[in-house]
Amino acid sequence: MSDPCLTFNNLTLGYDRHAAVHHLEGVVDKGSLTAIYGANGSGKSTLLKGIVGLIKPMAGDCKRSPGTRIAYLPQLSEIDRAFPARVVDIVSLGLWPRLGLLGRQTAEDRKAVADALVAVGLAGFEKRPLDTLSGGQMQRALFARVLVQNADLILLDEPFNAIDARTVRDLLVIISRWHAEGRTVMAVLHDLELVRLHFPETLLLARAPVAWGQTKDVLTPANLEYSRHFDEAWHDDAPWCEGDDAHHGSIHGHEHGHGHGHDHHDGHAHRDSKHGSASAKAPQTEDA
Amino acid sequence: MTMFEFLIAPFTEFGFMQRALAGSLLLSLSCCPVGVFLMLRRMSLAGDAMAHAILPGAAAGFLLYGLELVPMTIGGLIAGLTVALSAGAVSRFTLQREDASMAAFYLISLAAGVLLVSLRGSSVDLMHVLFGSVLALDNSALTLIGSICVVTLILLTVFWRALVAECLDPLFLRSVSRLGAPVHFVFLGVVVLNLVGGFQALGTLLSVGLMMLPAAGARFWTSRVETMALLSVAIGMVSCAAGLLVSYHAALPSGPAIIFAAGAIYLFSVIFGTRGAIAARVRPSRHRTA
Repeated sequence: MSDPCLTFNNLTLGYDRHAAVHHLEGVVDKGSLTAIYGANGSGKSTLLKGIVGLIKPMAGDCKRSPGTRIAYLPQLSEIDRAFPARVVDIVSLGLWPRLGLLGRQTAEDRKAVADALVAVGLAGFEKRPLDTLSGGQMQRALFARVLVQNADLILLDEPFNAIDARTVRDLLVIISRWHAEGRTVMAVLHDLELVRLHFPETLLLARAPVAWGQTKDVLTPANLEYSRHFDEAWHDDAPWCEGDDAHHGSIHGHEHGHGHGHDHHDGHAHRDSKHGSASAKAPQTEDA
Repeated sequence: MTMFEFLIAPFTEFGFMQRALAGSLLLSLSCCPVGVFLMLRRMSLAGDAMAHAILPGAAAGFLLYGLELVPMTIGGLIAGLTVALSAGAVSRFTLQREDASMAAFYLISLAAGVLLVSLRGSSVDLMHVLFGSVLALDNSALTLIGSICVVTLILLTVFWRALVAECLDPLFLRSVSRLGAPVHFVFLGVVVLNLVGGFQALGTLLSVGLMMLPAAGARFWTSRVETMALLSVAIGMVSCAAGLLVSYHAALPSGPAIIFAAGAIYLFSVIFGTRGAIAARVRPSRHRTA
């Protein structure tokens, strides 16, 4: 019996009427650990923004199971490093979901912040001003904030960019701990080895989903080859996507056959079929 | 002349000096922390723009009712809020950034204000609206400034955490709360409220001075927001007292004297502040290994 954390229902996200994530169908199970993989511009970050609600769907929707608390680590944070704040201030922002605007920090909250800093290896950094942190230290501080947020669904957008190997190892430990605690984690990653080693499930994107399921079934040479060769550019003359049956054979050449017309939320779905069994139907490598 | 005669006597002997001091101290208490957030949000010049935006409202009040506190205040409030909300809305809901939309709306507003003033008033009237008269604060003006001060302090206390979060990491605030946009508009409203409060005492041109100069000066002494807000209030209050004394003894206009005092403290802070120019230039005599 699958217990959905997120349900994508023909979700299409994009900018300026051009689709960036196209017709995504499927379910993210509670407690799953999913890597999102794909070339630049394949819609990975857009998907996370859509889940958080920072951009509105152009079609379809994305349902969270009620009461799901989200923590989101963006690819490009909008943190003002010149702002007069200390590490402990930014990590304490993670208490927001619990405290809201006016709640007072308890000793327990302060302990949660201190513990999070220890977990990411930033013990002793509490009072350091933000503008004295290195890029990797900043990323760890943001991980600590995610820890403090104590969320059910954790979305990480390229969390390991410009991070050294040791820090990646430390942060992976934290991700596995989240997984062990039954939290749902989705991470955008660019390192295939890392995905294969640490992420049981993978969603391979190339604007439309190429494949989604067990990592070993998704990251096949054929699927990867396909995902590398999708057409990244927007086309002003790209045909309008007219509803569920009309978008076969659009000029992006992406395969829409998967996913449509199946019920993915019927409860009995096992791993391979519940995501629309995209992996089985991904186009072969005709352009390889 | 003894120290007492120089520093204290002007305030004990003259009612208008007492009222001027009380009004400007209240104004410091409420304007300066607002200025700190304006500065941290990189909106220092937006405060200036907003001060100009108040002009047509105040001018309309002046045209219709003469030099009366209430209509000019209400007019200023309406004009200021209209410009602030329009500029904020354009930047929130379109691609244009707030600096550009703010400039557009305040220029429209300023032009309207100058046209209104020229409809009837002489340039003397315009000078009054632009430069204010802290020495002519009556009790109703003091009440107004006092109320604005109370409202501002309450709003700042309630929204403090959201204001800090919105400055520090707006994307994070958007991901955990829907407060981002409302807080922004509440803040713009508070800015307008304080500028309107200030223009009675200092005029529209200089009211933003008491908001920005102490905040900009405080930045050179501390790296905590809370301390910065408190320090800016202290700087503002010292500037007010000093400016009033200079104005009294040298028979100079009080508004510019106050702002000039704040400006002097700012320049001092730039150079000698613990995070100022000299501190940044001086090579430390020794450093720790880690």
